[in-house]
Amino acid sequence: MLLRELIKLALNTLAANKTRAFLTMLGISIGVGAVIALMSIGTGVQAYVTQQFASAGANLIGVVPGRIQRGPGGGAFGSQAPLTMADYRAVAANTPNIVDASADFSRPAVFAYANNTSEVNVTGILANFSAIRNWNARLGRTIDEADVTGRSRVVALGQTVVNDLFEPGEDPLDKIVRINNVPFRVIGVMESKGSSFLGDQDAVAFIPLTTAQERLFGQQAQSVNGERIVSTIYVQAANKDVTPAVISSIDALLRERRRIPADEPSDFSALSQDELINTFGAVTGVLTVFLGAIAAISLLVGGIGIMNIMLVSVTERTREIGLRKAIGAKPSAILTQFLTEAVFLSLIGGLVGIGIGLGIAFVVSQVADFQPVVQAGAIVLAVGFSVAVGLFFGIYPARRAARLNPIDALRFE
Amino acid sequence: MVSLKHSTNGLLHVAAPQANGQPPTRDAGSTAVIEAHDIAKIYRIGDIEVRALDGVDVTIHRGELTAIMGPSGSGKSTLMNILGCLDQPTRGSYKLDGVDVEKLNDNQLATIRNKKIGFVFQSFNLLRRTSAIDNVEQPLIYAGVAPRERRERAKAALEAVGLGNRLKHHANELSGGQQQRVAIARALVTNPAIILADEPTGNLDSKSGAEIMCLFQRLNEEKGITVIFVTHDPRIAQHTRRVIRIADGKIIGDDPITDPIVACPDKALPDPILEKLEHAAA
Ligand SMILES: Nc1ncnc2c1ncn2[C@@H]1O[C@H](COP(=O)(O)OP(=O)(O)O)[C@@H](O)[C@H]1O
Ligand SMILES: [Mg+2]
Repeated sequence: MLLRELIKLALNTLAANKTRAFLTMLGISIGVGAVIALMSIGTGVQAYVTQQFASAGANLIGVVPGRIQRGPGGGAFGSQAPLTMADYRAVAANTPNIVDASADFSRPAVFAYANNTSEVNVTGILANFSAIRNWNARLGRTIDEADVTGRSRVVALGQTVVNDLFEPGEDPLDKIVRINNVPFRVIGVMESKGSSFLGDQDAVAFIPLTTAQERLFGQQAQSVNGERIVSTIYVQAANKDVTPAVISSIDALLRERRRIPADEPSDFSALSQDELINTFGAVTGVLTVFLGAIAAISLLVGGIGIMNIMLVSVTERTREIGLRKAIGAKPSAILTQFLTEAVFLSLIGGLVGIGIGLGIAFVVSQVADFQPVVQAGAIVLAVGFSVAVGLFFGIYPARRAARLNPIDALRFE
Repeated sequence: MVSLKHSTNGLLHVAAPQANGQPPTRDAGSTAVIEAHDIAKIYRIGDIEVRALDGVDVTIHRGELTAIMGPSGSGKSTLMNILGCLDQPTRGSYKLDGVDVEKLNDNQLATIRNKKIGFVFQSFNLLRRTSAIDNVEQPLIYAGVAPRERRERAKAALEAVGLGNRLKHHANELSGGQQQRVAIARALVTNPAIILADEPTGNLDSKSGAEIMCLFQRLNEEKGITVIFVTHDPRIAQHTRRVIRIADGKIIGDDPITDPIVACPDKALPDPILEKLEHAAA
């Protein structure tokens, strides 16, 4: 008896039982689609977070006052003795294996132009900021050496501030904006970094560090012993491998400068991007696991759906098998027929599921900031599981029925 | 009423030349198609033992038309299922067309059911959502017959049962009598030596029942097919030449019918449809 005939028979049976075939396929498709969509979203979020931090600059180490707890729920603790310009100069001069170091001072400020205002942090920076943070001006220029030495009242605005202050199409360059009522000349507009889980990264404005410390914030930028304060010290390590060594030498240097006893924790934190990524990575890892769990549940639900439909039709199918045996079908012919049915349903269902999964991933990529990452592993897992469920529940009852006496199968209830 | 003898002879002029082997006369020679000896079927439900069949001997010769009668629960279906190789007896020996059935494996039994037996059920057992012709084709698929020939033979079988104009109808679009005729077409499409029918008219009104009897009589008389059917309607049983009575799993009577009722009305006689069937099956 020809295999081709049995395949044709199986397809005819499917065509004659369209609702059952459709529902079975639906179960498989939903399971597969959900797994692929959720897993690719999870992976995409993780990749996105990594890339967000990476875009801050290569091999960047940030030093901030206070002790930052690692992991979710962390924050800054302890006495926040500020970092100073002297700290910055010491780090820049004495740390081996670094490319460059920089510092900034950042405070909230009110911006005004014409009748518009905007409240964002204004950040005093050094001329090497652009290189270390990998962030340049889109229009005009950003702060340079002369601005810093001359304590110039010039500002490079982030896109959000430009949008807040200026009318659409208005050229902001060389306009005078007031920051906390002090007039500044706009020298540039920064490249847009978009918004992310880190907040609106374009809600920024950069002025020379000296201007911020000495002309704009005065007292606020002075420590109790009259030293100039910085908010963050940035250090660019020579490469990824030396980053931990650079961190420990910064740590040692600052502990000594700040006279911290050996048995006490540091009152500042030096963090590399990798550590930040790991911290957030732990969070997004939880997210991925969570999405994975939802996906697994969808798969299970899909599997139960398949099982249900297969089992509901088992009485009808067992009788059909009884009849087929009564008119002369051999057990092998019956198994081949049912196997063909199950394989066909599972494959079509699986393919449709892959389509659904990719479709969802595509839609998400259009509306969300991040790109879902479709992994072959997820596809293999989802299709494998669904096909296994489809095959098992398609074949197992058929196998049982094929072994029955025709009359017992015909009488099955 | 036309006597069976006359109508038989009239039709034999058309059909007999192609008939396979011996002419289907009433005393069909001594070739036994069915030889069952001391058949018993015992069901055990807990401590209770049900002897559905309890030492049954049956011999049926080629070309016979036989009815099996008996009260409900007497073991008629059990016997038919065993004779049809759909079930195995607890004890006893059964030779079908000279073959010892109890020695056969699953695959050989499937072949026997496919080639030698046409089984007709009380409840028709047609495939749902499947056309009449597709239903009738099924046994030929398992027999390995090529698609084109399958179509032709299935069509011929349906024409033989008077459903040539219902090929594409699904079971739910046919009356009970028509469904049973589809089932009979399915039983005879493989050109079996024997047709077994378990209460084929049980679900039908008397007119449809008579149509089925006409069909059986013609298949028997014109094609020499051995037909055995179960009924508990004494009038239906009178359409045969032999009635086996069964009660409590035992045979209690085996009587010839001397003057059978002829089911086929005069005007149903002339169409040479059975000849067609034979050509297709050849
Ligand atoms: N599968 C079974 N299990 C247990 N008892 C059965 C089974 N099939 C039939 N019987 C019993 O065997 C007896 C004969 O049944 P059956 O052959 O169906 O009778 P009939 O067809 O003459 O009405 C009944 O008493 C019935 O209850
Ligand atoms: Mg019965």
